[in-house]
Amino acid sequence: MINYAQFTPVSAMLGGALIGLSCLLLLLVNGRIAGISGITGQILNKPSRSNLWAWIFIAGLLAGAILGVRTMNIAPPVMDLSWINIITAGLLVGIGTKLGSGCTSGHGICGIGRFSKRSIVATCTFLISGIISLYLTK
Amino acid sequence: MPLLKSKQLFFYLSVFIAGAIFAIGLQVAAMVDPNKVKGFLDITGAWDPSLALVLFSALVVFTVGFKLLIAPKIAQNDSPILSDTFCLPTRKDLDKPLIVGAILFGAGWGISGLCPGPTIVNLVHFDAKIMLFFVVMLLAMKLTGFIKR
Repeated sequence: MINYAQFTPVSAMLGGALIGLSCLLLLLVNGRIAGISGITGQILNKPSRSNLWAWIFIAGLLAGAILGVRTMNIAPPVMDLSWINIITAGLLVGIGTKLGSGCTSGHGICGIGRFSKRSIVATCTFLISGIISLYLTK
Repeated sequence: MPLLKSKQLFFYLSVFIAGAIFAIGLQVAAMVDPNKVKGFLDITGAWDPSLALVLFSALVVFTVGFKLLIAPKIAQNDSPILSDTFCLPTRKDLDKPLIVGAILFGAGWGISGLCPGPTIVNLVHFDAKIMLFFVVMLLAMKLTGFIKR
């Protein structure tokens, strides 16, 4: 059953378009893939000329986040998850994105958008896995 | 030389702007809210299809832009506007790490409603649980990187 009280189609489409635009700009202008797990992986290496752009992208993310919080009154997320679940989920997301070479943005948008078979399979897999995992833990 | 320097400056400035647009997009779409994400994954409960529209809309913008603006450049061996090469993944094979990784990532995503993008964007709230999630995720990425090699 669709929960119409929670469904926000207009802001979802608008926000999605902005995310798509960001991915497009980063590839067209800078030649880089806007995969957040990949970019995060870059900053885990020793700071150098080759990963400076990743630091700058994350700085941009944080600056945009602050701007958004200020202008749109974004409330802090309600974190009703237990500490042990936070650690478990953090481990799974870290290991999984590294092993699987990508997350929602890298595979789900940039990869599928280039019709990459690997990304299409990865996205379907983590969507199904996410649905099952939520079902089992909710 | 000054020309080269300004090209570099604009390179990093555009990277910064792309990051900011990405974060604002996540906030506008409310994908920074883990419970909103969980509402999408909860297909057997009160299902909130919003995330599907976020993905769809992002894909339309990116795919059309890629076809019209980027693919022709790549086909002509042209470079991106402000850098020398398109850094694109070249692998095409489906291997075990890809599948196992996607399963594990999905499992963590389903438990928490968090993936890397929204986690970083949410750091600005200084929420202790988000910060712990971020640190654990980084450690796990780093350790997996050692093993993967």
